[in-house]
Amino acid sequence: MIEGAIWRKWVFFYLPMGLFLLFLLFPFYWMVITSVRPDGELYRPWNSINYNPFWTWKPTLDHVRYLFEETLFASWLWNTMFIALVSTLISLVCGVFAGYALSRLNFPFAGSLGTGIFVTYLVPQTLLFIPLAEMIRNYRLGDTPWSLILTYPTFLIPFCTWLMMGYFKAVPKELEECARIDGASRWQAMLYIVIPVAVPGILSAGIFAFTLSWNEFIYALVFLSSPEQKTVPVGVTSELIRGDVFFWGPLMAGALLGSIPVAIAYSFFVEHYVAGLTGSVKG
Amino acid sequence: MAIAETQLYMPPAPRSRQRLLEDERWLAMLLLVPTVVLLGLFIAYPFVRGIILSVTDSRVGVPGDFVGLANFHKIWNDSIFRTSVYNTFVYTGVTTIFKLALGLWLAMLLNRNFRGKAFTRAFILLPFIIPTVLSTFAWKWMFDPTFSVLNWLLFHLNLITGRINWMGDPDLAMISIIIVNIWRGVPFFAISLLAGLQTISPELNEAAAIDGAKPWARFWYITWPLLLPVTMVVVLFSVIQTFADFQIVYVMTGGGPANATHLFATYAYQIGIGTGLLSEGAAISLAMFPILFLVVIIQLLYIRRVEVR
Repeated sequence: MIEGAIWRKWVFFYLPMGLFLLFLLFPFYWMVITSVRPDGELYRPWNSINYNPFWTWKPTLDHVRYLFEETLFASWLWNTMFIALVSTLISLVCGVFAGYALSRLNFPFAGSLGTGIFVTYLVPQTLLFIPLAEMIRNYRLGDTPWSLILTYPTFLIPFCTWLMMGYFKAVPKELEECARIDGASRWQAMLYIVIPVAVPGILSAGIFAFTLSWNEFIYALVFLSSPEQKTVPVGVTSELIRGDVFFWGPLMAGALLGSIPVAIAYSFFVEHYVAGLTGSVKG
Repeated sequence: MAIAETQLYMPPAPRSRQRLLEDERWLAMLLLVPTVVLLGLFIAYPFVRGIILSVTDSRVGVPGDFVGLANFHKIWNDSIFRTSVYNTFVYTGVTTIFKLALGLWLAMLLNRNFRGKAFTRAFILLPFIIPTVLSTFAWKWMFDPTFSVLNWLLFHLNLITGRINWMGDPDLAMISIIIVNIWRGVPFFAISLLAGLQTISPELNEAAAIDGAKPWARFWYITWPLLLPVTMVVVLFSVIQTFADFQIVYVMTGGGPANATHLFATYAYQIGIGTGLLSEGAAISLAMFPILFLVVIIQLLYIRRVEVR
């Protein structure tokens, strides 16, 4: 801690920390308060008198009700969940296998293949969305969840592989050799000895991949067209705005409810998430 | 004799499938097949398709003919494209500086021991976890021209007298977008840099303090050099993501007012998907490639150097 007078502690620690927290968390407070506010209070000009924008005495669930009764929000939630879970699963399987091969097996071109996968990790979605949109249409995958389930692994696998390589490298070689001496095949040693030791890594990669696919926007925006197929981010963007009219109440309620599943998943695995995040940039 | 004996003690030959799995090269190949297929099919192939698209005049549903570099020539003379290029550089440069400065500051604050540390850290990451599009809507609502809570706040703090039309003015719109990007990126910087800070032994700082080094000098001569490798990787990673950003601008301004806030990606979307000029959109997207390529090369060289050490 900062040594010296108590005021120094306030000026150099509590004050900046408080400002950071205010800046980082205020939008979420604003989301919550807007989503329970009646419309009459919502659309009051900013300079009207006796108007307190930060609190409401008449909370309402009208916006949430609108969301579930008048829009396809429930389907969007389900679609997002399904797509995020399946693509995370695919990416984990691929990432664990590839990570194992690249970090523990000797084979020609291992180095350049590893570099290649690392490079794809750095390819942003916005570089390839137009040719991909054309391919998806040609393969007749457009407007189906499979268009996303097959493309999301392209940005999840490199990340999972990279992270798993780090975890596998940390598992001592002797552990595997012992199993091999006892008669396990390479495959068994991998499946029953090395992978179980790396479970924390798998959890990190999994939670990270889940939040990334829940977050994905441009592929979902371009590949999906019918309202009942959409994911939460795309549905909220395209179905809750009519021309220039924004339905702010339902929009904020949708943003809030659409964030809750990923926030819950995150809250259970904070430590794993942080490990994944820092592991992914350590290189 | 010896040979005969060893042959005698050889275990029965395993079935060929198992023997293949015992061979490192075959096992590696098998394990890598799904990854290579998926990445080849949905990254390498689209990349090639993108290049082919960009030298034709395809539209949605029309295959198009080879036109050489006409698309690139066209966007080069397109004033909106030039604005987008300028915007992308400003956006990336300004946000990266702020994200690094604020992120480092926050990381230093978090690196102390205080009550509720784990809790605070968990909450700080929220902007990074919550789907960007959804949180950007909260910002858009906060910047709303008529109902802006920021205007309310500034007005009641007596900082402004009239309303500020955040999204109506090109410069203010750009500033708003930059603020949202900084908001979203600071947690990533802070948490990654915090991990870097935690690897620095506190004894170094203590020793320097005993030798009489002031806090600023301790930061500049001890913390910063030791943190540099992590900082480089975080910055390069963030530069790539920011340079190719789409979501924040798409939601906040849609490239407006009057196409003044487009980035590469949003303009490519508007041309390629919005108006259906696939090949021109692909050309705009691919125009990002040289810069991204450069950053990736720097990153690869840097990581290699760190690993060699």
